[in-house]
Amino acid sequence: MKILVPVKRVVDYNVKVRVKADNTGVDIANVKMSMNPFCEIAVEEAVRLREKSVATEVIAVSAGVVQCQETLRNAMAIGADRAILIETDVELQPLAVAKLLKAIVDKEQPKLVILGKQAIDDDANQTGQMLAALLGWGQATFASKVEVAGDVATVTREVDGGAETVAIKLPAIITTDLRLNEPRYATLPNIMKAKKKQLDIFKPADLGVDVTPRLTTLRVDEPPKRQGGVKVADVAALIDKLKNEAKVI
Amino acid sequence: MANLVIAEHDHGSLKAATLNVISAATAIGGDVHVLVAGHNAGAAAAAAAQVAGVSKVLLADNAAHANLLPESAAAQVVAVAAAYSHILAPATAYGKGVAPRVAALLDKAQISDIIKVIDADTFVRPIYAGNAYATVKSSDSVKVVTVRGTAFVAAATTGGSGAVESVAAVADSGLSIFVSAEITKSERPELTAAKIIVSGGRGLGSGEKYREVLTPLADKLNAAMGASRAAVDAGFVPNDYQVGQTGKIVAPDLYIAVGISGAIQHLAGMKDSKVIVAINKDPDAPIFGVADYGLVGDLFEAVPQLVAAL
Ligand SMILES: Cc1cc2nc3c(=O)[nH]c(=O)nc-3n(C[C@H](O)[C@H](O)[C@H](O)COP(=O)(O)OP(=O)(O)OC[C@H]3O[C@@H](n4cnc5c(N)ncnc54)[C@H](O)[C@@H]3O)c2cc1C
Ligand SMILES: Cc1cc2nc3c(=O)[nH]c(=O)nc-3n(C[C@H](O)[C@H](O)[C@H](O)COP(=O)(O)OP(=O)(O)OC[C@H]3O[C@@H](n4cnc5c(N)ncnc54)[C@H](O)[C@@H]3O)c2cc1C
Repeated sequence: MKILVPVKRVVDYNVKVRVKADNTGVDIANVKMSMNPFCEIAVEEAVRLREKSVATEVIAVSAGVVQCQETLRNAMAIGADRAILIETDVELQPLAVAKLLKAIVDKEQPKLVILGKQAIDDDANQTGQMLAALLGWGQATFASKVEVAGDVATVTREVDGGAETVAIKLPAIITTDLRLNEPRYATLPNIMKAKKKQLDIFKPADLGVDVTPRLTTLRVDEPPKRQGGVKVADVAALIDKLKNEAKVI
Repeated sequence: MANLVIAEHDHGSLKAATLNVISAATAIGGDVHVLVAGHNAGAAAAAAAQVAGVSKVLLADNAAHANLLPESAAAQVVAVAAAYSHILAPATAYGKGVAPRVAALLDKAQISDIIKVIDADTFVRPIYAGNAYATVKSSDSVKVVTVRGTAFVAAATTGGSGAVESVAAVADSGLSIFVSAEITKSERPELTAAKIIVSGGRGLGSGEKYREVLTPLADKLNAAMGASRAAVDAGFVPNDYQVGQTGKIVAPDLYIAVGISGAIQHLAGMKDSKVIVAINKDPDAPIFGVADYGLVGDLFEAVPQLVAAL
């Protein structure tokens, strides 16, 4: 079976973004971009399933600007077999991404799509669930353990009170949580190999998908700044502050 | 205009997050209805009907909803959606599973994790781990939103007089089956609802030390216990303790961070706490940049002293 892994190019998690002075967005010019960490975990999981011979092929797909090719090469260096870029400069919102991905699923007929649970830029946490709904498939979000046997995936999920295990009928959608695995480092030979792997490019129009945004960002603001307070000398001073100044204990 | 709140519940009662969502719905304006999709969930529906501001409760009671699986829940929401301009769910593991499915089935965008209602079309939501707040306006006829609980006060559990109306339940989707759950049992307050949280990081060194050092402090303060991702990854505590961008978002009156450095992903989950205390041996740890009261020192000495003095 084929596994499709959507990967997103985002501002690297170590970068602290700044809001633009004109409040139109955050300044991402000249900042380091990387693969969304949850997507890396998704690629790793898919590659492991292929290494266990559960899957036969892993296809990475990204939607966005031309530079997403780097992200796709990175996915192929981890071990994806080939890649698809849906190239557009339009601001893509999750519903549009889900529709684009559905078109790719219709073409490639994977049995499993593994996505990140959220992208660390927009923190939307939507795309996988939307894709599942558009396809009429089951979903297992926030996965911390995945086992595939025959036509069923048994997935342990991280939920608010602890963990939950569900069995989903394939084809299905899985979204990854942080503890699913630790992605391997791409080795130099694998980075070189990845450069030669197949990368196909489509436009949203080729797929017949309307990606017009439904949401308009009116403005982006700096959150209220929290002032650092004082350092206290010792435990007695701390207790005094908490009792008499902050009055929280 | 009418708002539909997707209740999170355990059949017998409402989960606290539902009350925050009802407040957000009230802020939007118009009638507030609550959908309880459950099995033998009459008690949860009756509780919802009592909540201030709720004018009607729709109860879809069926075995298909026994395990609160998102495929059936989303189908249930869509079945009753026609009457509503806004569909709201908590930004919890449950709400995040259901709401995007609903949005996609209705061909609408979803606005995730709102922290403020500007008007019926316009909302504020954090992006980039809370380092920026985006004000977004939806051009869709129906708005599907998830609500960050800590940003809205809980609606009162009494004062409402909503009618409970039974609606036809959808059939089980058959797409997924509940296998098992391992829910952490605790006598302590729930992390997202606690007034005081004692939270530990990698500085604790091990699970034994985490419990040995922090439990007495949490006991004294009747506090919930939290952790950084590093502490969870190292196996000190289960995953549901994690506070942060990809864990729980909390805003207690008092947050005590012990042996936590203060990475932006951690701060994203706790920087709206009223008072923050940091105990860390590194005077340059970023956590001191947000702490109201910082104590530089060895946590293994400071915390027991604190416990003794309280
Ligand atoms: C204010 C704002 C400004 C924006 N500016 C830009 C911009 O300048 N340029 C731009 O290209 N986009 C821009 N976007 C779109 C945005 O980057 C996302 O593509 C879109 O909003 C999806 O949201 P998410 O990634 O948070 O979804 P989530 O649902 O959190 O993502 C979950 C998972 O879905 C998959 N996924 C999501 N997006 C993609 C993708 N594009 N390709 C492949 N897989 C994906 C990944 O597996 C990811 O882990 C902007 C959005 C907003 C709200
Ligand atoms: C995509 C992504 C998502 C993430 N999401 C989250 C999240 O949701 N929540 C989260 O917390 N993290 C998250 N992280 C991880 C985050 O970046 C940090 O790695 C993590 O928060 C560090 O945890 P820590 O502060 O416990 O550990 P460290 O950074 O190792 O800090 C330990 C601290 O303990 C102090 N210390 C050590 N010994 C003592 C002692 N004896 N006495 C006093 N102080 C002592 C040290 O000075 C140090 O400051 C995420 C990372 C990524 C990439």
